[in-house]
Amino acid sequence: MIGGLFIYNHKGEVLISRVYRDDIGRNAVDAFRVNVIHARQQVRSPVTNIARTSFFHVKRSNIWLAAVTKQNVNAAMVFEFLYKMCDVMTAYFGKISEENIKNNFVLIYELLDEILDFGYPQNSETGALKTFITQQGIKSQTKEEQSQITSQVTGQIGWRREGIKYRRNELFLDVLESVNLLMSPQGSQVLSAHVSGRVVMKSYLSGMPECKFGMNDKIVIDKQGKGTADETSKSSGKQSIAIDDCTFHQCVRLSKFDSERSISFIPPDGEYELMRYRTTKDIILPFRVIPLVREVGRTKLEVKVVIKSNFKPSLLAQKIEVRIPTPLNTSGVQVICMKGKAKYKASENAIVWKIKRMAGMKESQISAEIELLPTNDKKKWARPPISMNFEVPFAPSGLKVRYLKVFEPKLNYSDHDVIKWVRYIGRSGIYETRCTCTPLYEILLCWDQAASSMDSPVLGSGCILLYEILLCWDQAASFMDSPVLGSGCILLYEILLEVPPKPTAPRFSV
Amino acid sequence: MTDSKYFTTTKKGEIFELKAELNSDKKEKKKEAVKKVIASMTVGKDVSALFPDVVNCMQTDNLELKKLVYLYLMNYAKSQPDMAIMAVNTFVKDCEDPNPLIRALAVRTMGCIRVDKITEYLCEPLRKCLKDEDPYVRKTAAVCVAKLHDINAQLVEDQGFLDTLKDLISDSNPMVVANAVAALSEIAESHPNSNLLDLNPQSINKLLTALNECTEWGQIFILDCLANYTPRDDRESQSICERVTPRLSHANSAVVLSAVKVLMKFMEMLPKDLDYYGTLLKKLAPPLVTLLSAEPELQYVALRNINLIVQKRPEILKHEMKVFFVKYNDPIYVKLEKLDIMIRLASQANIAQVLAELKEYATEVDVDFVRKAVRAIGRCAIKVEQSAERCVSTLLDLIQTKVNYVVQEAIVVIKDIFRKYPNKYESVIATLCENLDSLDEPEARAAMIWIVGEYAERIDNADELLESFLEGFHDESTQVQLQLLTAIVKLFLKKPTETQELVQQVLSLATQDSDNPDLRDRGYIYWRLLSTDPVAAKEVVLAEKPLISEETDLIEPTLLDELICHIGTLASVYHKPPNAFVEGSRGVQHKRLPPRTGSNESPESPELAQPAAAQPADQPPAVIPSQGDLLGDLLNLDLGPPTSGGTPAITSAMQMGAMDLLGGGLDSLLGGDLGGSPAIGAGSRSCSYAVLPQCPSRGWSRDLFDLGSGVGMPAGSYVVPKTVWLPAMKAKGLEISGTFARRMGTIQMDVTFTNKAMQIMTDFAIQFNRNSFGLSPAAPLQLATPLSPNQTIEVSLPLSTVGPVMKMDPLNNLQVAVKNNIDVFYFSSLYPINILFVEDGKMERQVFLATWKDIPSDNEAQFQIKDCHLNSDAVSNKLQSNNIFTIAKRNVEGQDMLYQSMKLTNGIWILAELRIQPGSPNFTLSLKCRAPEISQFVLQSYEAMLKN
Repeated sequence: MIGGLFIYNHKGEVLISRVYRDDIGRNAVDAFRVNVIHARQQVRSPVTNIARTSFFHVKRSNIWLAAVTKQNVNAAMVFEFLYKMCDVMTAYFGKISEENIKNNFVLIYELLDEILDFGYPQNSETGALKTFITQQGIKSQTKEEQSQITSQVTGQIGWRREGIKYRRNELFLDVLESVNLLMSPQGSQVLSAHVSGRVVMKSYLSGMPECKFGMNDKIVIDKQGKGTADETSKSSGKQSIAIDDCTFHQCVRLSKFDSERSISFIPPDGEYELMRYRTTKDIILPFRVIPLVREVGRTKLEVKVVIKSNFKPSLLAQKIEVRIPTPLNTSGVQVICMKGKAKYKASENAIVWKIKRMAGMKESQISAEIELLPTNDKKKWARPPISMNFEVPFAPSGLKVRYLKVFEPKLNYSDHDVIKWVRYIGRSGIYETRCTCTPLYEILLCWDQAASSMDSPVLGSGCILLYEILLCWDQAASFMDSPVLGSGCILLYEILLEVPPKPTAPRFSV
Repeated sequence: MTDSKYFTTTKKGEIFELKAELNSDKKEKKKEAVKKVIASMTVGKDVSALFPDVVNCMQTDNLELKKLVYLYLMNYAKSQPDMAIMAVNTFVKDCEDPNPLIRALAVRTMGCIRVDKITEYLCEPLRKCLKDEDPYVRKTAAVCVAKLHDINAQLVEDQGFLDTLKDLISDSNPMVVANAVAALSEIAESHPNSNLLDLNPQSINKLLTALNECTEWGQIFILDCLANYTPRDDRESQSICERVTPRLSHANSAVVLSAVKVLMKFMEMLPKDLDYYGTLLKKLAPPLVTLLSAEPELQYVALRNINLIVQKRPEILKHEMKVFFVKYNDPIYVKLEKLDIMIRLASQANIAQVLAELKEYATEVDVDFVRKAVRAIGRCAIKVEQSAERCVSTLLDLIQTKVNYVVQEAIVVIKDIFRKYPNKYESVIATLCENLDSLDEPEARAAMIWIVGEYAERIDNADELLESFLEGFHDESTQVQLQLLTAIVKLFLKKPTETQELVQQVLSLATQDSDNPDLRDRGYIYWRLLSTDPVAAKEVVLAEKPLISEETDLIEPTLLDELICHIGTLASVYHKPPNAFVEGSRGVQHKRLPPRTGSNESPESPELAQPAAAQPADQPPAVIPSQGDLLGDLLNLDLGPPTSGGTPAITSAMQMGAMDLLGGGLDSLLGGDLGGSPAIGAGSRSCSYAVLPQCPSRGWSRDLFDLGSGVGMPAGSYVVPKTVWLPAMKAKGLEISGTFARRMGTIQMDVTFTNKAMQIMTDFAIQFNRNSFGLSPAAPLQLATPLSPNQTIEVSLPLSTVGPVMKMDPLNNLQVAVKNNIDVFYFSSLYPINILFVEDGKMERQVFLATWKDIPSDNEAQFQIKDCHLNSDAVSNKLQSNNIFTIAKRNVEGQDMLYQSMKLTNGIWILAELRIQPGSPNFTLSLKCRAPEISQFVLQSYEAMLKN
């Protein structure tokens, strides 16, 4: 099990050191500092083995937390514990920083004594801990209080204490989703997309209420559909979603979920995360990003990026930010955008384009000219993907909360008396579109399609680009011995002979 | 409020000052002082001098102060053992305190004070606390037993704490159960042979009940403990799995991984055709994918484990390729692990996507990652043949980038591609040669030299190229030197006239000027070969190389199985067994997967399970006849390992080997054809069994041994020639061919295993699907020797007909699964129905008549057998040896009527009337049977028997 736990500041000075096992000596503290914190290279693994001692570390801002062991411990548990430790500390004194840790070192020792015994994690629910580990010093408790504390810490419902009372029984449900997307360079193919969602609940309920949560889970809806025809007609209007996988807070009865797929639980008091889920099917991608990058000679780069919003026109997306990476040798950037503000940030090597609000089914465009310094540096620019941030007021997975029923048989309030609030927020997770210089022949390959959809400004500009390429035909012709470009040109030539340009694209006439 | 000021006291007289403050009358001042002491302790200052003063503060009702003092005690008690005794009284008193929090605190701290004298005093309070009314105290006391055991194991045993701890497993409070389990598991680890945990179905049931109720950490302790249990049978294992699966939805990744460990282990016991087995496989994928949305450190642990799971059971995640695509922001350790898994999951179905991704990665910045991506492209080419061409062109594109490390990496993998697909992509050699000068890494240089040597005849200036390397011979690494030596020898053998000088130069460099024994030895071998017999040298050096196998970096199967038992732990992160990084006695125990029940892998009969090495010694030498001396000599040369001879069956190849030898094949054998050696190794056995009938796959051998059937033994039954059941292409290099035979009343499956891959195959096992006649192996498949590349082993597997029955279509279809260390392969084969004809299939005449009439004429089937030139007696004899018995023979209107009967193993009778017109090659066969669908298969057998 965990043999010791150390907390360091960014310089590698020890702020907290607690040793649980005899096999961990004082030198372990230094070994980690020398080999990991002060190591020259970037950390290559979160688990480091130094002289048969294993170190697990996580970093929060510039604080290092390290767990040490000499045994074959459960590695997943150690990391889960370190995260939990961070949560507990945050719950007690806010942000994890050197100052806060120094200010609360006595408290931290007390916590470490309680939640880790001989290296075995013990109950670490902040709700329970706060009843008897306080910063104010221990009040002298009555015997009843004491036994209540111990029964809660060791009890089956360790996350909630008895005897909670509210005048107003209220609960808030937040469905928070982050959409993750990876698009291929031409903005045409979804390489991978998934939504990872969380249902966060704030409960202010009296007593020990029994709750039941329902959503438009496909498995449940289909099951009910079979049962009663009545239900089917009701639910047919709403779409159900296929959930790939979900995990629950420890208050949820997992065996019940496994057998009946119903989510029932006694909630902790206050805010907590009820469940996490992941979906991959039928995701509404709120935005599409279509990049076009062209190298003009060795010292200039032209970038056009179009974003299209893809949701109901009545809804508004907020905090939209598109980040277009620029090469390290950028000397200057000129940007023109239709909407919002765009700025080149040299320190971040990116053009940052911000739009406050954008309604659904709209599109907007930015174009930039990037001047490059000629370099001899052969190191290649890795072309980071174009990333995007946004917030939309719906759940991109399509998840809907169907009900949250509250039963508290012992107290006299019913499900109807509880005030319930539900909110959906969809945010961008890692929302990226890869960006490569669009190779000529690939454009040519989809020329047929392009020609038939000329009214799209993007493709329109793509065609203009092509036109320009045609103008420098001479150059292309000299590349003819390259089979790709060569065949590309021939293809292009043939297409031009055969496909008459559409009237909607007057600029393009050969 | 802020405590950070305690970190800043650095005055010289600090200790002295603190001493005064600690002895102050004011409580607040005392507390302040203790805090300062702890702060100094944390940053590593020695404050042990204050020991007596701090201990004096222990007697307080302020819990916060008490905790600080205890913290100090835990740190310094060891250095001041005599003083520590002073604290004992307070501990003992605190253990009696009415407040359970204080009782628990005392017992918890006491266990952390590692002073022998104190532990004696600890026993009584601990005993009380283990039976405390408050669960909080009990759960703390349970861990304290483990602490005490760590200090003084003997004491714990003497005081009977282990039994008390075992009792706590039945405690009403789930957290007490969890901590007791954790403590017991730890203690059990240092006593590998003790039956401490004593897991039995009852205690398992208790644990599973507690699992639903305890904290996330407790669930981990219990699941990890469950993983050490071996269920009695597949039923129990299934019921445990059913109760563990809900844990896969837990928010804590460690709970999920521990549950996966239990499932992966117990799954091993479930029969594969069970519906539940498939369900379980399906249930495992989503939680594993979800682990990838955890924080990066946990993702890393998850990925290392998924790497193992994918190797053990590739079917679980085969459709989940996309989730392993690398994200730009992933930490490098996550990226590298994802790449590994992508290669493992690559298949024909997803190869296009994978290649597009890999190409993308090859343009990233991180050097290690790029290298790995390039290497991955090569591995894809080797793994998925259809993609090879695309991979090669991608690699060529990458070489064009001229980025040094990319080029070198690409050349190394292209060498492997050449090995896998010889004579296919050599057109790219010219491009490779262009980059010769930029190679500075030994591995890339060696790869390039290998390519030049291997294809010397197609490279015009091969001699110049190699000569250029030779200039700095002594500065090269050993790898390059060895490769250069071989390459030049190859070149010499291919173009002897122009390169004589060069080869002499390299030989003298290698043998005379080098200190490296490997290099010297190889040099001498080549030298002697070349000087004695250049033709032989050519055969040796330029021999056709076996193809390389696709999976070169698989974890060795026994290690993999052990690591599967350690899922979630450090061992699974390091991919090393625990004893490789854990000191002392802990973790030395090797964990193993449980054997699959109901299958033939478990050695049922001890005689069959005896180690193969003992086999040759068991052979009485007298049995070897005169020509056996030659074989004996050959055996002494240790040409090949002996095959298993446990079964009374005998394989024909042994005979072949012997015959070849006698036929003067000795020269060819010594001429380097080592591939055939295993057959000779087995040859010694063949003689003792020579009277047995043989597989007639070659006519002459049958003639020799056909005597047996003439004596009236009904054993010379007809055997279909061997056919290929499983081509090597479909089974990662393992080719299986075989046939079925009935010999001396037992059904035998004669199987030939041929290894056409590069790696050694071991751990063979066989299993049948349910089939129409309940055929199942009567003994485990025993291949005593590992099957080395190019080796062939023949085995006769006795079959019984007592296995589970299921009607197949066609009726004589048999689905077989063969497992080896590489994978499990499935194939189906058709067996001739005559192997099922039993020896007592002769019906009484009266019974025959009655039965014939009794069977409705609807069931009668009539067939024509054409082109058979046998008279009725010959027919009758021939059929008799196949257990088709002629009951009566009548001559009606010049036609011979044979009335025959046969009985199947499952008791079904088949009656036949065979009409033979003398002089005509066409027979008429009428079959009557209560199960008419058998008739056509009987006909097939008749035809086969009569025409062979």
